[in-house]
Amino acid sequence: MAEKNLPMREALRAALHEEMVRDERVFVMGEEVGAWQGTHRVTRGFLEEFGPKRVRDTPISEMAIAGAAVGAAMAGLRPVAEIMTINFAFLAFDALINHAAKIHYMFNGQFRVPMVLRAATGWGNQATATHSHTPEPVFAHFPGLYVAMPSTPADAKGMLKAAIRDDNPVLFSEVIALYPKPGPVPDDPDFLIPIGKSDIKREGDDVTIVTIGRGVEWSLQAAESLAKEGIECEVIDLRWLRPLDMEPVIESFKKTNRCVVVEECLPHFSLGSEIAAQIQEKAFDYMDAPVKRVSAMDVPLPYARDIELMALPDTQKVINAVKEVL
Amino acid sequence: MAQPIKMPQLGSDMTEGTLLNWLKNVGDQISSGDIIAEIETDKATVEVPSEVSGTILELIGKPGDTLTVGSVIGYAGEPGEQPPSGGADQAAQDNGAAPAQQEAQPAVETAQAEPAPQAAQPAAAAAPETADGNLPDGVKASPIARRIARERGIDLRQVKGTGPNGRITRADVENFTPEAAPAAAAGVAIPAATYGEIPSGPDVEIIDTSRLRSRIAQRMVQSKQQVPHFYVTTEVDVEAMLNLRKQLNASVTDDAQKVTVNDLIVKATALALRQYPNLNSHFYGDKIVRHKRINIGIAVALEGGGLINVVAKDADKTALGTLAAQNKEMIARAREGKVKPDDVQGSTFTVSNLGGFDVDVFQAIVNPPEAGILAVGTAKKVPVVNEDGTIGVGHRMKLTVSVDHRVSDGAEGAEFLQALKALIENPMRLVL
Repeated sequence: MAEKNLPMREALRAALHEEMVRDERVFVMGEEVGAWQGTHRVTRGFLEEFGPKRVRDTPISEMAIAGAAVGAAMAGLRPVAEIMTINFAFLAFDALINHAAKIHYMFNGQFRVPMVLRAATGWGNQATATHSHTPEPVFAHFPGLYVAMPSTPADAKGMLKAAIRDDNPVLFSEVIALYPKPGPVPDDPDFLIPIGKSDIKREGDDVTIVTIGRGVEWSLQAAESLAKEGIECEVIDLRWLRPLDMEPVIESFKKTNRCVVVEECLPHFSLGSEIAAQIQEKAFDYMDAPVKRVSAMDVPLPYARDIELMALPDTQKVINAVKEVL
Repeated sequence: MAQPIKMPQLGSDMTEGTLLNWLKNVGDQISSGDIIAEIETDKATVEVPSEVSGTILELIGKPGDTLTVGSVIGYAGEPGEQPPSGGADQAAQDNGAAPAQQEAQPAVETAQAEPAPQAAQPAAAAAPETADGNLPDGVKASPIARRIARERGIDLRQVKGTGPNGRITRADVENFTPEAAPAAAAGVAIPAATYGEIPSGPDVEIIDTSRLRSRIAQRMVQSKQQVPHFYVTTEVDVEAMLNLRKQLNASVTDDAQKVTVNDLIVKATALALRQYPNLNSHFYGDKIVRHKRINIGIAVALEGGGLINVVAKDADKTALGTLAAQNKEMIARAREGKVKPDDVQGSTFTVSNLGGFDVDVFQAIVNPPEAGILAVGTAKKVPVVNEDGTIGVGHRMKLTVSVDHRVSDGAEGAEFLQALKALIENPMRLVL
């Protein structure tokens, strides 16, 4: 199958475009998705091609965006709603958690909510405390809502297409820093990455690194550097926080007996907390060292550039953590 | 629901035992507390009580097999029920590890899907494997290192830990080679020592070191190498105590209730320890565990050689007559090689009495992790200087306390002996 080298934003755009062509029930809505062509240019050219009925600019109200998506999905459409950044998704919490995630269950399966809520996530250029969240574990807390977080352009395309085709509500988190990063992306319009399936991004026997999103990049760089010292890391990209695919993690841990969790989120009740808990529950007799977490610092993110970077994970912190568990 | 019958811990330092024979058969009805097997431990032959009730569905292991503490040795349940284990052909040595693996698999399988309600049952069945896990004093080891050590019969005390804070890691255990081959063969680890070539020929007789002898060797070497002993001796006037004993024993007809000199000393020691609780401690490196119960170990010499401690529980609180009767029974069981698990565990301080052997004074070796041991000599008639300066005949006994200097110091040892002396010389307090 043919491949193209695309940045993640183009891979996402291709996924959306293909699904809108394939299924006329699929439509996009959100702030600046139409006339402005998307804050992150994922919906570039869509208004012109699909028209205002399927590419809808909305008022600046995240509750309205998410609420309208829930209603449209219940009524039979397949909305792909965009929240400009995940920091504003807190305003949509009630629609997401109390409605989208619960309606199928509360009404005995009479309704489905096949919606996707795309949101740009992650910290970066001094966006400071309120605009630098990576809060995916908060959303993954609730049964009924899937949470996706791709790390490569190909995964982004295959996962978004799978999310759109699935009948469950999905929070689809796109790391801003990864939008411009290129990678090979299959052309196949039916290229799908199964929901709830993790991926071993690098094999190794010494330490299992469990990560997601941007953590994959740091982890692979760390693994590359550690390999020069003879330390082989296995890097597992979870890809989905819910459903959470622990089997490869446990299998890998039984081989390596050591684990580092790399996450962009805060440490308190984090992805790492959950992974560490499950490892000790399911593989206690295989543990050779405590599970180590590399997370953001437990502080509101500072504005000043140097201390902002101090508070956040990076490749060197992953390298240090791996050495600590060895 | 079949319940596992687990190998109980029949002594604070016991890790395994050899199955001598089953006293029950598959299909027998048992109640909690029924004796189901006899095993030989480092110390003695002991009877194994069941902790569960029901019909025996399966007994795992055959005579001669080594059974690890906490491992599943059988299952009990409803008549006709299928036991959950793989069957009796499972080698007993693997027994320790096998249930854990059986448990781990269903747990992982159910984990990917939504939580399965059945998951609780296999976990409960295999709980002893993870629940038992008492590490030897001061040893740190990762879970996988412990599992491998258990599977290979490696004594973690001999393994050097290279992990953080001296933690023994998987690699440490895997790279470990036992140093003392003969000891390893006997299943008991003696700290590495070199003995030279064993002589042979008509002038010598070669005797295999018994399990008990090996155990004593290991424990005493450990104590003498690691415990900095100091010794304090005093002389006690035992006239009043011997008279009291005569009176007490004249008033009872039942031999079982007759009080020995040793019973009186055990009682006095327990009461003195109440005043000096620091000596009723166990030493664990950066922690000293002070025991609130005062359980006096009584060293009992065995006929074929060797000795074993039976334990007078709560000796400070137990009435003298009861204490004497219990001691008598335990000592008899020890000499017959039939101690019960409860007879030999929980000792917090030991009394070793060689009074029956015309001994003036001796120094006993501390029984780790205990902090002290009292060595009791023979009560003798000796010339004494009376308070008025005249010479008379007195009844005296010498007591020596050996103390772990890591826990206590000479002054406390001496004060403890003073308290003990006061109790023995004013013995009515022993019967209060």
